[in-house]
Amino acid sequence: MTAFALRGLLLRKLRTALTGVAILLGVAMISGTYVLTDSISNAFDAIFTQTYRGTDAVVSGKSAFNLSDSGTTTDPSFDESLLPKVQALPDVDAALGGVAGEAQLIGRNGKAIVFGGAPNLGFSVDPTQARFNSLTLVSGSWPKAGEVVVDRSTAGKKDIAIGQQIGVQAQGPVERLRVSGLVKFGAVSTIGGATLAGFDLKTAQHLFAKVGRLDQIRVAAKKGVSPQKLQAEIRSILPPGTQVRSGNQQATSDAKDTNSFVGFLQKFLLSFGGVALFVGAFVIANSLSITIAQRTREFATLRTIGASRRQVLRAVILEALTIGVLASVIGLFVGLALAKGLFKLFDAVGFTLPNNGLTLETRTIVVALVVGILVTLGASLRPALRATRVPPIAAVREGAELPPGRFHRFRGIGAAATALLGFAALAYGLFGSGLGTTTVLLSMGVGALLIFVGVALFSSRIVVPLAHAIGFPATRVGGAAGVLARDNAQRNPQRTASTAAALMIGLALVTLVATLAASIIGTFNSAVDDLAGGEFYAITAQNNYSPIPVSAAEAAANTPGLDGLASVRAGDVQVFGNTRQMTAVDPTIGKIITLNWKKGSQAVFANLGESGAFIDDGFAKNHDLSVGSGFPILTPTGRNIVLTVEGIFKPPAGGSPFGPVTISSKTFDANYAQPENLFTFVTMRGGVTDANKSALEQSLAKFPNAKVADGDQFKKDQASGLKSTLNILYVLLALSILVSLFGIVNALVLTVFERTRELGMLRAIGMTRRQVRRMIRAESVITSLIGATIGIVLGLVLAALLIVRVDEINFFTPWGQVVVFLVAAILVGIVAAIFPARRAARLNPLEALQYE
Amino acid sequence: MKGSEEDAKLETMSEAITAAVPAATEIEHTGPVVSAKEVTRRYGEGDTAVDALRGVSLDVGRGQLTAVMGPSGSGKSTLMHILAGLDRPTSGEVYIAGTEISKLGDNDLTKLRRRHIGFVFQFFNLLPMLTGEENVVLPLTIAGTKPDKAWVDDLLSRIGIADRRTHRPAEMSGGQQQRVAIARALVSRPTVVFADEPTGNLDSSTSGEILTLVREAVDTYGQTTVMVTHDAHAASIADRVLFLGDGRVVRDIGRSSSTDILRAMEEIGSR
Repeated sequence: MTAFALRGLLLRKLRTALTGVAILLGVAMISGTYVLTDSISNAFDAIFTQTYRGTDAVVSGKSAFNLSDSGTTTDPSFDESLLPKVQALPDVDAALGGVAGEAQLIGRNGKAIVFGGAPNLGFSVDPTQARFNSLTLVSGSWPKAGEVVVDRSTAGKKDIAIGQQIGVQAQGPVERLRVSGLVKFGAVSTIGGATLAGFDLKTAQHLFAKVGRLDQIRVAAKKGVSPQKLQAEIRSILPPGTQVRSGNQQATSDAKDTNSFVGFLQKFLLSFGGVALFVGAFVIANSLSITIAQRTREFATLRTIGASRRQVLRAVILEALTIGVLASVIGLFVGLALAKGLFKLFDAVGFTLPNNGLTLETRTIVVALVVGILVTLGASLRPALRATRVPPIAAVREGAELPPGRFHRFRGIGAAATALLGFAALAYGLFGSGLGTTTVLLSMGVGALLIFVGVALFSSRIVVPLAHAIGFPATRVGGAAGVLARDNAQRNPQRTASTAAALMIGLALVTLVATLAASIIGTFNSAVDDLAGGEFYAITAQNNYSPIPVSAAEAAANTPGLDGLASVRAGDVQVFGNTRQMTAVDPTIGKIITLNWKKGSQAVFANLGESGAFIDDGFAKNHDLSVGSGFPILTPTGRNIVLTVEGIFKPPAGGSPFGPVTISSKTFDANYAQPENLFTFVTMRGGVTDANKSALEQSLAKFPNAKVADGDQFKKDQASGLKSTLNILYVLLALSILVSLFGIVNALVLTVFERTRELGMLRAIGMTRRQVRRMIRAESVITSLIGATIGIVLGLVLAALLIVRVDEINFFTPWGQVVVFLVAAILVGIVAAIFPARRAARLNPLEALQYE
Repeated sequence: MKGSEEDAKLETMSEAITAAVPAATEIEHTGPVVSAKEVTRRYGEGDTAVDALRGVSLDVGRGQLTAVMGPSGSGKSTLMHILAGLDRPTSGEVYIAGTEISKLGDNDLTKLRRRHIGFVFQFFNLLPMLTGEENVVLPLTIAGTKPDKAWVDDLLSRIGIADRRTHRPAEMSGGQQQRVAIARALVSRPTVVFADEPTGNLDSSTSGEILTLVREAVDTYGQTTVMVTHDAHAASIADRVLFLGDGRVVRDIGRSSSTDILRAMEEIGSR
């Protein structure tokens, strides 16, 4: 039987290959994800190890509590007088003080050089202490006062040459520095899209507004002194607000953010690999079912000559196993290529990742193979069981068909029940109260899975009317070919439904994310309109989200024709034991932004004073606060302040510019080391005009990192990050759509094979090759449109469910995208039909007249 | 894409040809409907080559029912495929309604079959998802012409399936399915109908009914018909019986009784 099963596969090479591709792509996605994320992790590890090589201890500033990773607040700096004290310690061989921060390089066009969302790192370098220096000079010389070294990759991309003057903007207005040399970072080939700028210590302290202060002291111990002893020695002289850690601990702490990012990226990409495999499972189950239906007579013959049911089962499962193993092994290696492609993809959407060569871990190999093989086996179970039910008598019957399964009668009910169970699980995850994150994600995941399976099974019931409606244009345009195509699509509803189901899943997910994005953007836009109307300008960072120095807003305040200007600052704060984002506003902001006050009024903005705060209604409810209540906060600098509630507002659906707690910018500035603005809102006399815009830009000329946008542009800019995310999601989901495309190709090839005699008859009685091709193509398009229609509806329903759960978003239907998806489905149908249609057209009409 | 453009070109060309064909038929009105001249057909190459036809010449007369008989491997099926424009001769010429077909491209040949040839198959070959009537008018649907309702109604009642027009093949008996198939062959009023073992898959009483129908079609509509069979009883309804043996026409007799036909077969077999 083993030989029989394997020979069968060889005989049906094409079908085997097409079936395998479905699994191959899913496995490739999984192995590609692991390779990608492992490679990124390794690159980051290399970066951080490189940074702290030769360092036995690191002294750094310490916040009063653990900061969030929002980037609005950094650890405080400390006085540089600590450095000589450390250097004087008996066990210290060498110690080097440094500062670091965001430093924008300004390109020749006067614009800030930014590669996607990658950071612009600036820091002091000291070439005399080579042991602490993680940079290697490629050409030129190390920077002296008023000079800068730039990383080779940025210099190459932006045409920066040694000796030229370049603009650098950090905390103050832009300054012109001379490029003294080009550097690279250790042995790492790329550090993502990050730009590097190195200065001598004095220049760096000036640029980062940290004159007389340090962010870090790196210390090397004398020979024979253990790092522990060194750290203990340093700890004894540390002032408050500082800490000492080993080089490794510091590297781990620095890597914390990137590790959680890589971990997230891994789960994120794996889930798309999972979707592709899930779709692949549908494709395999469908292909195997069709092949087995076609081989009814073969199985019956085997049974008559003495094969047991168990042997038939084993033969079919062995076939699936062989396909699964081959596809998984190939998929594993395709994954390596895919990882390269993903690096390029993220690069293309402006999200460059660090790359230090591809890493293939044993774990990747094991997981990819095991998952690929198990999914294939799981998908083959049902078809294999059906094969065992072929009675021996079918061997001698003309046109024998597979007997319906024992539970055939309950199929419709079962399918509906599965889908309902799925919706119930999803709803439980969404609306159940007091559930842990794992429970929520698990019940939502299982729910989605059940919904897809249930809808796929149930859809055979609605295929006939759907095909009738969708096929109508085909019957008008395609003549006899169109009519027959529609009839063919309705002929075996179960098969059409299974084929369409694979595409249905992909399109449901695509529609889901498109709808969520459209809803988030739509709600955000109306929130901005409610808060500020359209007649305002916003000053943000070029990348739309980084905080910008307060000095930029001060420069903009001098613009002629300015009517009102108010900034929103943000920083981490500890309140009721949690780290939250606190915002701060200028008293004038009430002129520009109008809030929906539940308690208090617009006057609150101007009357916050030293210790006043306004809070959102959720925060008020959670902590039982009302106007006049006091509550304590802890700032990163270690100050305890008791705030008094002056007003309570209801945040608009779609996003609030203010966090749960908002104080006056005056109090904020007094308690944060380096206050920065998230946004500055400006109104001008005469409203939004070209002249007003250029006047604002004129006064911000020294802040190239600042961007002036009018209300409409501001809305678009804020949505742009979401749109790039959406584009990444589309590309990733395209993979599962590609899998379903192969599914359609496979089903059509099998169908053409099955209808050989019929096609021969049609050719004999006068159907041209062109008509045959048109017929297959139309059937393919009808099938994919059935999948698309069900998928889009399902996607909208799922999105609606999620949006109902989240009060902050209102539902918006992305009509434009829905049309695009339908067109894409038509294209999928056309592309899928190319090969099967050609095969069908080439059939010899003689086939119709030949009988066994 | 290039292929379909060529197709389009071919189709317009062939439409012009098809338009011209009926005129040719008019001219050859008195001549044979289908004729073969020194047709040979060889399958395969070299040592394994098989000669299915070794030089067959024949004319099929208008309004006649011609039966082609012969043992398995005599080449009777190959001959029918070639006469019907489904297969090409290795050498020799074949004329259908005055057109020499061995040089025609696939598109022109398809259009020629559409216009001039009807088929009845052993296994009926109806489309399972179409109703009886839809199956009958399928050749017209494919050709993109509107069926003449009166003609179709007349045909359906004459063939005896007027009450089956809305049924699907799965709801019909074998005999009813073959009646539908015969109506489908006649609906386009083709120059010639080829029937390939039309009773091969039916019981004897149903076979008799089907043969009567075939004969009636010849008598009523003057439908030229070529029937391939190995059943002497079936051949006995023909106006002319051709016997094939070893790729050649070995005997050509007029209307004969089944006893005579059986005797002729025995003679050929014993030679």
